Amino acid sequence: MRRSIAAALGVAGGMLAGAAFIRRQGASRERADLYFEDGSMLSLTNGSPGAERLLPLAREVIRNARAR
Amino acid sequence: MDAQQALADLTEISSQIEAAVVFDDQGKVAGSTIAEGDRADVLAKAAAALLAAAEEVKTGESVLTQLEVSTGEGSVFAVRDGKTSIAATTGGNPTAGLVFYDLKSALRSVKPAAKSAPAKKKTATAAKKSTAASAKKKTAARKPATRKKPDAS
Repeated sequence: MRRSIAAALGVAGGMLAGAAFIRRQGASRERADLYFEDGSMLSLTNGSPGAERLLPLAREVIRNARAR
Repeated sequence: MDAQQALADLTEISSQIEAAVVFDDQGKVAGSTIAEGDRADVLAKAAAALLAAAEEVKTGESVLTQLEVSTGEGSVFAVRDGKTSIAATTGGNPTAGLVFYDLKSALRSVKPAAKSAPAKKKTATAAKKSTAASAKKKTAARKPATRKKPDAS
């Protein structure tokens, strides 16, 4: 009985950890890549000041494109 | 090819692109995959604002030519060539290289006349230069031969 409870708790804990990991990965995937004429590239990850400015604008573009 | 036809070809080629709009530096829509004109205007203005904000973020002197912004809801791509820009939205995890390639091809096909005219002029000038260069080479090739004669004798 105790073993099955421990196993169930372990599975539930694993599922929670997995969900948190996936959510965190999804959030860190948010980024802005800027490409310039001279061949240089600037990658702004979520949390940087530039990305904080560009991400809401990009979300607005996506919302406008999907609005019915 | 007009912008509307270029966008129709683009959406046919690329299954990743959900919506796309071609606009100028004033935000005026030249073509869009969205049927409603008002929504296309709003989309173009939002994309122009994104490009303007990205232009302000840059640190160097070089001009911003393209961008990709990935969000949890999807991605936005924009390619700029002079005063004309194209912006497109995709779902999650798009193949960025392919989307950029398709957008550049579409943008190129929107205004082929403007680009091909100077290219022809350059080609003609280059041809003249190459002819002149080959003539010089021929002359240069002949000269050593005439010089060799006195050495040989």
